[in-house]
Amino acid sequence: MMNKIITRDLNLWYGDFHALKKVNAAFQANRITAIIGPSGCGKSTLLRVFNRMNDFVEGVRTEGEVLIDDLNVLDPAADLVSLRKKIGMVFQRPNPFPLSIYENIVFGARIRGTRAKRGEMDEIVETSLRSVLLWNELKDKLRSSALRLSLEQEQRLCIARLIAVKPDVLLMDEPCSTLDPQATERIENLMRELKNNYTIVIVTHNMQQAARVSDDTGFMLLGELIEFNETKDIFSSPKDKRTEDYITGRYG
Amino acid sequence: MNPHRTQKIAFSLLFLATFLVVALVGAIVVIIVQKGLPAMTWQFISDVPREGMRAGGIFPAIIGTLLLVGGAIVFALPIGLLAAIYLSEYARDGLLTRIIKLAIVNLAGVPSVVYGLFGLALFVVFFKFGVSIVSGSLTLGIMILPLIITASREALESVPRSFREVSLSLGASKWQTIQHIVLPNAIPGILTGTILGLGRAAGETAPILFTVAAFYLPQLPRSIFDQVMALPYHLYVISTQVPNVDEKIRYGTALVLLALVLFMNLIAIIIRYKFRMKKKW
Repeated sequence: MMNKIITRDLNLWYGDFHALKKVNAAFQANRITAIIGPSGCGKSTLLRVFNRMNDFVEGVRTEGEVLIDDLNVLDPAADLVSLRKKIGMVFQRPNPFPLSIYENIVFGARIRGTRAKRGEMDEIVETSLRSVLLWNELKDKLRSSALRLSLEQEQRLCIARLIAVKPDVLLMDEPCSTLDPQATERIENLMRELKNNYTIVIVTHNMQQAARVSDDTGFMLLGELIEFNETKDIFSSPKDKRTEDYITGRYG
Repeated sequence: MNPHRTQKIAFSLLFLATFLVVALVGAIVVIIVQKGLPAMTWQFISDVPREGMRAGGIFPAIIGTLLLVGGAIVFALPIGLLAAIYLSEYARDGLLTRIIKLAIVNLAGVPSVVYGLFGLALFVVFFKFGVSIVSGSLTLGIMILPLIITASREALESVPRSFREVSLSLGASKWQTIQHIVLPNAIPGILTGTILGLGRAAGETAPILFTVAAFYLPQLPRSIFDQVMALPYHLYVISTQVPNVDEKIRYGTALVLLALVLFMNLIAIIIRYKFRMKKKW
């Protein structure tokens, strides 16, 4: 198995608040890794280190290393534009742009300014929509507003928009928290399909979801990564007392 | 007194105050229309003033006002918009930013006659543009700059943060995000502010008094360094400086000016309304 993302002694502060404490972990390629833990434990913060979205928070400071394909992400000179093309993010709330379905998907191609031909654009739209299983539903209304879709369709569209940029890693920040159980199940199926081509890291509140969908799981508490292991081991025989307390529902 | 009665009295007062506002607007419109409508002929709109402005039309003044307003916007919109983008997207919240924002607020509070004197000193005299359309437009432009900056900033800042986040997370640079996501979604707000600025510029007398307005010039300008007549100043002239001008000519001029300003405000309202129907976040 190949390590895709490695963190070494990763520390992060928001002002005086120590949000990530000496996190050491290795996320493997073509697997789904879930990060679980109670609210405020730092799991979203960890996710947002990988594509440097924390940069927009005022007073944020990091130490340590995050290597993605042997490239130090935290290097101040790192090229954020190409980093973020490689490391895509799906947000908690589906957030399509107030544009047509078509324009949402080709957004990445448009900003790159490559005078992509009409045919190439069409192809990007079709493959991206096919990979999130929306093509058949939406192929006849590509020009209508993306804001008229259901929440599940919107979230799938957001994943399609991401895939169109051709990333390696998909970071998912509670992608199902606004969806009903059936929609959640379908998105999870989609994730299982996507992991053949992508490395997926998902942050979730929902332990059942982590148990269902992930191959590896990390448990975080108060900024520390308490335990990181294969999902089946974490849930059947946690090594740390705190992990056991959390997964048996004693807090969180 | 029991609370129910107090409430009733409060409501009545609130209603009365509101009604008074509406009644005032209505009264202005009714009086101007009633007294000005008899003057509304094709000749009044399309002819030059004749017989020492006691007859003929106000065509040069209409064209003059349109030119001045157009010139003001050509100058103020780009500068105002760029400043607004800088303030809302790039400037960090520090002492300097706060001073800039305070300066903009204060700029909006400067009396318009002071702008007029400033325009005279800077554009007419110092830059030697003379009493001309350029000087007048620039002066009006400076006057509406704070309005455009404030409206544009509000429009830019009302674009949801999540749009920017997604755009950046998809590998767009900050400038690309502004170009492709922030600006298109802010345009209706920016347009609204701009049009309100236009309306303000069209109606002001003091800033054009020393910088461009001609007392009596029954012809159209041939270059931007010419003087022009303008509606508000023309109205002032025929109301106070020229004896024996027929009342309907004065109110006719007022009606044209009022219609022009109200028409611009109407466009602003329509844009805002249409956008609100479309907006869904």
